[in-house]
Amino acid sequence: MIRCVTVLAIGLGTPAAAAGDRQSGYEIMGPELRAMQDDEAANPGMLWVTEGAALWVAPEGAANRSCASCHGDAAQSMAGVAARYPAWNEAGQGPIDLTGRIGLCRTRHQGAAALARDSRALVALAAFVTRQSDGLPIAPDPDPRLAATREKGKALFETRMGQLNLACADCHDDAAGGQLAAATIPQGHPTGYPQYRLQWEGMGGLHRRFENCMSGVRAEPFGAGSPEYIALEAFLMSRAAGLPVEAPAVRP
Amino acid sequence: MVAMVNIPETVTAGTVVEVKILISHPMETGFRTGPDGTLVPRNIIPEFRCLYGGEEVFRAEIFPAVAANPFLSFFLRAEQTAEVELLWTDEAGQEHSEARLLTVQ
Amino acid sequence: MTARPTRRTAMALVLAGPLALRLSPAAATPDEMRAAVDAFTGGRPVNPGRVTLDVPLLVENGNAVPLKVSVESPMTEDDYVKEVAIFNERNPLPDVIRLHFTPRSGRAAAETRIRLSGSQNVHAIARMSDGSLWSAVADVIVTAPACAES
Repeated sequence: MIRCVTVLAIGLGTPAAAAGDRQSGYEIMGPELRAMQDDEAANPGMLWVTEGAALWVAPEGAANRSCASCHGDAAQSMAGVAARYPAWNEAGQGPIDLTGRIGLCRTRHQGAAALARDSRALVALAAFVTRQSDGLPIAPDPDPRLAATREKGKALFETRMGQLNLACADCHDDAAGGQLAAATIPQGHPTGYPQYRLQWEGMGGLHRRFENCMSGVRAEPFGAGSPEYIALEAFLMSRAAGLPVEAPAVRP
Repeated sequence: MVAMVNIPETVTAGTVVEVKILISHPMETGFRTGPDGTLVPRNIIPEFRCLYGGEEVFRAEIFPAVAANPFLSFFLRAEQTAEVELLWTDEAGQEHSEARLLTVQ
Repeated sequence: MTARPTRRTAMALVLAGPLALRLSPAAATPDEMRAAVDAFTGGRPVNPGRVTLDVPLLVENGNAVPLKVSVESPMTEDDYVKEVAIFNERNPLPDVIRLHFTPRSGRAAAETRIRLSGSQNVHAIARMSDGSLWSAVADVIVTAPACAES
């Protein structure tokens, strides 16, 4: 169950952040959690990055090829990729997120069985690829064909949904910086997904977070990998443009 | 089971060295219900040991209150060049060990 | 708030005397923890001091609370810290972790992350090579996540 209802009765706190005054959720965490993220030897998300590094060089599928067989050293080939996604997928003639792209590579080029979006292996690979953009500014793909997707995402962000009749923007634009019970409401910038979430005791992607938010407002979730979530992700990444990628991020 | 070990490679004799380890493990408490409403069986790492040159220098008895994907940091006094071994077994019987050579100058 | 002791009052209680840990806070702590502490101490007196327990005063999630403990000791063959036990008041089990040191540890200090089911006191008791017992206590406030999913 989600506890937003009772908490909302207490009321959304005062809005703090002015437009343009953008801030990663990292900034509002306590010093201990920031330290957990900052220390590579202590950041639990690095366990997934380490697993992803092993998967990157492991041959898979009918083609018996690894990611590295085509892409070589990820530090070279994948630098900046996560900072740019979602991107345009020529084959599918539509937008695609990084997790979807890794999944497609696997089935099309490695001839391997598809991985579930929330499978440990796919999350680990996405974490490893995203790690290659650690500290780089979010720089959305300039392909003009993505404009319509971002517009759709912006509309979703501003649409009230669910039994609580709340839009993402109600909390993450209008009330960001205020208090929801004891927690400070973040601006909702996807600077560090996949992310190690203490609540999950593990790592998960942005779409998993969307699922939680949607059940939080008592709305029917769209589902991980849905066109709605990809559109929302594309809009949020453009909204976060310039903020540094945190890979792997740690959040409560 | 992935583990990340952080320990200096080369130190001078007498240095007190910090060992950091992160272990990929759910540390199932046995108190949690799964999606089907039944209790998920307990599976934690009940004991962790560190040997240095074959001799135990540190040991931890661990209970379900230690967080998932456990992190431990502790110290040892570098005396001679020897292997530092980290050993643990979870309650499902999965054994794991990591070894690093500590060179003492 | 109820009469639950703050970190300051808990410290004051522990500082009140060598038997403080067994007597004063026991009034505010569940019996199970007291039983576990008694089993560890064998009923011997627990002195406040020599132990530094570093736990954040306020955490955003109780699933992984950073905990650092260290004990003043020369860590020689003749005088060292044998064991540090960490206890909590409100989890299903009173034990958290027991750290066993040797003179070759060089320093009686360790760090880990613990689960805390709600705001509570965390206790650390060290057993020295001469059998004496020393302690520290820390009060942790665990805030509820605003939109916790479970």
